[in-house]
Amino acid sequence: MAQTVIDTANHIAGYAAKAARVKVIAAYPITPQTTVVEKIAEFVESGEMEAEYIRVESEHSAMAACIGAAAAGVRAFTATSAHGLALMHEALHWASGARLPIVMAVVNRAMGAPWSIWPDFSDSLSQRDTGWIQFYCADNQEVFDTIIQAYRLCEDERVFLPAMVCLEGFLLSHTYMPVKIHDQDEIDAFLPPYKSGWTLDLNNPVSHANLVSPEWYMEFRYMIQEAMENAKRLVPEIDKEYGRRFGFQYGGLVDKYQCEDADLIICTMGTMGAEAKVAVDNLRKEGFKVGVARIRVYRPFPVEEIRKLAEQARMIATIDRHISFGMEGFLATEVKASLYHMGDKPLVAGFIAGLGGRDVTFKTIEGIAKKSLKWMERGRVEKETEWVDLRE
Amino acid sequence: MVTIKELPKEEYLLKGHAACAGCGPSIALRLLFKALGNKVFLVVPACCTTVIQGPYPFTSFAVPLQNMLFEATGATCSGIVAALKIRGLEDITVVGWAGDGGTVDIGIQALSGAAERETNFIYICYDNEAYGNTGLQRSGATPYGAWTTTTPTGKKERKKDMPLIMAAHRIPYVATACPSYPIDFVNKLRKAKETKGTKYIHVLAPCPTGWRYDASKTVEVGRLAVQTGMWALYEIENGKFRLNPPSDRLIDKSKRKPVKDYLSMQERFRHLTEADMERIQAWVDEDWEFYRKLTSL
Repeated sequence: MAQTVIDTANHIAGYAAKAARVKVIAAYPITPQTTVVEKIAEFVESGEMEAEYIRVESEHSAMAACIGAAAAGVRAFTATSAHGLALMHEALHWASGARLPIVMAVVNRAMGAPWSIWPDFSDSLSQRDTGWIQFYCADNQEVFDTIIQAYRLCEDERVFLPAMVCLEGFLLSHTYMPVKIHDQDEIDAFLPPYKSGWTLDLNNPVSHANLVSPEWYMEFRYMIQEAMENAKRLVPEIDKEYGRRFGFQYGGLVDKYQCEDADLIICTMGTMGAEAKVAVDNLRKEGFKVGVARIRVYRPFPVEEIRKLAEQARMIATIDRHISFGMEGFLATEVKASLYHMGDKPLVAGFIAGLGGRDVTFKTIEGIAKKSLKWMERGRVEKETEWVDLRE
Repeated sequence: MVTIKELPKEEYLLKGHAACAGCGPSIALRLLFKALGNKVFLVVPACCTTVIQGPYPFTSFAVPLQNMLFEATGATCSGIVAALKIRGLEDITVVGWAGDGGTVDIGIQALSGAAERETNFIYICYDNEAYGNTGLQRSGATPYGAWTTTTPTGKKERKKDMPLIMAAHRIPYVATACPSYPIDFVNKLRKAKETKGTKYIHVLAPCPTGWRYDASKTVEVGRLAVQTGMWALYEIENGKFRLNPPSDRLIDKSKRKPVKDYLSMQERFRHLTEADMERIQAWVDEDWEFYRKLTSL
């Protein structure tokens, strides 16, 4: 039976791991992730979840243990934040290179120095090029649904890649919301038992991931790129099927709101996407034609959808909870790159906001929109990268 | 206890592997498979065995092998063991096979974690006392005085005592070995296979390339390491320390050959002075006094 619980996104991620019938969990504490693995520990020790729970001694070992478990033929899960994710960096490459469909919750937190426990996307976006699919969630229900969807996607033979399901620390991780936990039989029907491209097998004694010469290495990399392209096609299909089965769907790669006739599209990720919808409602009341494109899947990047949105919009304002030092926010760069080959393209302005957990409310976003609309009317972006609410 | 005649005929280290001529670790690998059979999952971090197994799409091992990150052998084995438990395949022996750098230096954390978690697996450190695969740099397992490419005038510090560090984890089985004593090594592997929990075997594996001796002398060098007491063959079973033959006959100093016999065979030690040799001899004698005490516990 489906049930509705009122709980934090971290606990909900635990419910999702249980519903996905994860068999090995590697757990290491870090704020604000910790309550994910605490919840799973309760499930495993109470017998509600039949799984092996490995209390590793570091995040690097957490990912190594997940790699071992997935290679030995079971569904693996872990969760981390910030410095934990950075410590895993090398193992992230190994997981995707080995084509193991591991799913990990990343509870986004800013990177030090100086220490911060509050959210921004600098942790997961720093892992952009590791070959992991990246989902970004806007509410607790989406966290649950995306973890289930992610396993289905990752274990598709056209993909066989790992995925991060990202949720912002505290804004979601420790915030209570009602969430529908779907019927287990229906989840089982949607998500079949674990499947991977290979397992360690006594009957097929292969050396996995051994030394590859320059004659072959590029082909392995090309196959990952192909898998990412396949994922781009499959995410909307899986999301649609999920919607039919469970009544929740999220627009596939991009959650679009009021974009059909919008002059200005606010392009952002995570909870800022949810907040932007409130801003759009208010701006529409004032007569401004504004929409939101919340990038739900950042890798693979939804280039084609961005282009489609750009066909009718006059301007795109990106809001990055992230900065690539010496350049701009990744979203700004990638939206602009997506548009490069279009003849008649909209203006793009990049806004850096909410670093280290600074609030980005609908009022902040209304301010960003109004500034963008002003530039749009003038036909010129006056500042390519604007830091929002920066102290003088 | 097996005898040399009882060793299985099957070879799971296949012909065509890429080890150097006279490679001590490859002798140990061959014995590993003879002792454990082929119902084995092997985890190999970056080390000489990355090369020995042969490049894609080949392998010279007749068992499934997961190549893994340098420092991650212990944790990877924990993940595999957990998955096999869930799948009801606990009769497969999981073996971490790592070099000295991947064990005593960069891999010590993951190994320590796996041991503390009582992961049911065998961890073998094949110790050639340097980072061999990268061209012979000093590791924590390099002995005092030894030339390496990063200690061109000889290492100034002593070798890290990894087996005793592992014993401090209170795991059920810790042993030392050397491929020059194959029956001893095979018996220890068999015992490790029958023991539940984390098993650690530290194998001194002479390396002609790194130690600078003639490739035909590997077995002899290993024997001298043991006969001089530079390397002691022992096991610690559920906390009980026991010297194994021939080391059990060497507590009396007069039975041990002078360390000079071992050191002077290898060019990596050729710059040592008499005083260096005496210092090393004194440390070895101290070690044996310690072993004597451990034996009487």
